[in-house]
Amino acid sequence: MKKTYKIEVDCAACAQKMEDAAKKIEGVKEATVSFMTQKMKVEFEDEQDEQKVMKTVLKACRKVEPDCEIFFE
Amino acid sequence: MTRKQKKVLYRIIIAAVLIAVIVLLPVEGIAKLLLFLVPYLVIGYDILRKAALGIVHGEVFDENFLMTVATIGAMCLGEYTEGVAVMLFYQIGELFQSYAVGKSRRNISALMDIRPDYANIEVEGILEQVDPDEVEVGSMIVIKPGERVPLDGIVTEGSSTLNTSALTGESVPREIHAGEDIISGCINMTGLLHVQTTKGFEESTVAKILDLVENSSMKKAKTENFISRFARYYTPFVCYSALALALLPPVISLLMGNPADFPEWIKRALTFLVISCPCAVVISIPLSFFGGIGGASAKGILVKGSSYLELLSKAKYMVFDKTGTLTEGVFRVTKTVPEDISKEELLYYAASAECYSDHPIAKSLREACDREVQRDQVTDYTELGGMGICAKVEGHVVYAGNDKLMKEQHISYRPVTETGTVVYVSADGKYAGAVVISDVVKRNAKRAIAGLKAAGVNKTVMLTGDRKEVAKEVALQLGLDEVHSELLPADKVDCVERLLKEKNEKECLAFVGDGINDAPVLTRADIGIAMGAMGSDAAIEAADIVLMDDDPSKISLAMQISRKTLGIVYQNIIFALSVKFGCLILGALGIANMWMAIFADVGVMVIAVLNATRTLKVKESQDQGLYACEE
Repeated sequence: MKKTYKIEVDCAACAQKMEDAAKKIEGVKEATVSFMTQKMKVEFEDEQDEQKVMKTVLKACRKVEPDCEIFFE
Repeated sequence: MTRKQKKVLYRIIIAAVLIAVIVLLPVEGIAKLLLFLVPYLVIGYDILRKAALGIVHGEVFDENFLMTVATIGAMCLGEYTEGVAVMLFYQIGELFQSYAVGKSRRNISALMDIRPDYANIEVEGILEQVDPDEVEVGSMIVIKPGERVPLDGIVTEGSSTLNTSALTGESVPREIHAGEDIISGCINMTGLLHVQTTKGFEESTVAKILDLVENSSMKKAKTENFISRFARYYTPFVCYSALALALLPPVISLLMGNPADFPEWIKRALTFLVISCPCAVVISIPLSFFGGIGGASAKGILVKGSSYLELLSKAKYMVFDKTGTLTEGVFRVTKTVPEDISKEELLYYAASAECYSDHPIAKSLREACDREVQRDQVTDYTELGGMGICAKVEGHVVYAGNDKLMKEQHISYRPVTETGTVVYVSADGKYAGAVVISDVVKRNAKRAIAGLKAAGVNKTVMLTGDRKEVAKEVALQLGLDEVHSELLPADKVDCVERLLKEKNEKECLAFVGDGINDAPVLTRADIGIAMGAMGSDAAIEAADIVLMDDDPSKISLAMQISRKTLGIVYQNIIFALSVKFGCLILGALGIANMWMAIFADVGVMVIAVLNATRTLKVKESQDQGLYACEE
């Protein structure tokens, strides 16, 4: 399953860090963050609870960029 | 400006005023430090917070950390004004960057403003506006003049002209009549249209295009990836270098028996840190690509990712499909050779004889004929398999068909050597002439090929399933380098494979097709370009670059955009890095002070960002230059 989320991030380097952080989360097969369009595209592994995975993703992203926001609810 | 940006702006103004006041106050020592801490915290509290959080989370080396260390260090050395000013300028730079990025983001969304807001549905004679998402397939919708077409469908009633410029970049309006397909995203200009929808909103052309454009920045270019990896190693490298700069020289100096002069070396190390901020490069590259993609979509060229925009600039081999790409894909009468009768009469005989046929050739004959064919004037119609047709037209016995038919009827005809399909016509046993029908080369095709050569394409190749003579004729007419004819779809893939092997590693091969039956080739080539994609989902799926209209000269325009974007990207990388490294050396040598450092940092970023926003503009002259000759 692939989904695209709106995000809020202020700098291009931070967007890259969010991408790297999201990729490492269990249940995430592939993640891409576009700073310019302020979007995050996540491909989930099979049979994963999207909301649950995204919560962990947000937590990990907040660690690398405290001000970021992902709208997944 | 957004609320966030405004807040930063107010903080900048307050801090600047406070600094100016404090500088004028006659205080010294600890009181001065305390006073300076006020503007420092006003302007820098969020940076300090992020730096602290970064350390807690183990993400030490980032811009916030660099700025925090540099400014706190400066304050400790008693350089209060410098310390606060560095933070102030850093914030000004960040604000400018976020404003510039926001602006180009809005510009691009304005360019791609094709999302329809509502659809009109007739409920008991009254028009009701509903969300296009809610309209079911097969519903009847009404589109008033001035409104955007919300969903794909078929016009059932009314005729009008459509403005397709938002989709194709083409400003000439298109006519539409009942019975024709209509594509979402166009603007209805003149008449009222009743449309039966054939697709839901999610499957409609407009939704597909928006999705494509919005996701295009997800496929990152090599340069983009390079620079983010670069930043990852760069910042720690700079931090350790600064540390070494602060410690090594004074220690060595001590060991050699000289005074250490720690403050001087620490100051140099801090200057070094301020200069080193990599933000200019990191921000300007995605911004350039985004601008390039946005500028291209405004011209009806949809690029599916920065990576393809990057590849296109390296395209050296351009392989074309023939029918529908370089030629119209429609048969037309290209030549008439009347014998003893007028051209109009010849066409009238031919068209009348073929009036019951649905064959493309018969259609093209009817189209070329000025007079309306009277079917009741045509009697005794017989099809002679493999040869042609015999019919009585207004009392004359007319034979229309190939050379075999003429021979069989013992009519002495004059053979025509033109390429294409030749229809010989006889009336009352006497030869009346011949009509040549062929696929016509697109009016921009020749210029398109010339434009590509000028843009640096080394080899242009045409692949076609058509006969050898036809292919050769077209290739000659257009000035193509190589032509392969009589190919089956699978042969086309083999041909492309061979060319891929032949070219050298760094060169790219692009295949241009109409996306109808060349999907395998489109995916096999380094870059697949599909044209005439208005309404063709298959093309949008299979290709990497999609030309919304079917004008081949858009390819060279796309290459120009790609070249320009890449040029700007490299300019920015080289400019920013050389200024940075230059300043780093000056800082280490003690020639550049902290003021120069902050100007180097913010200045380079402003220039790089301004340079990057140039990609959004596709020069009008480039555009018109391509079309000027045809008009």
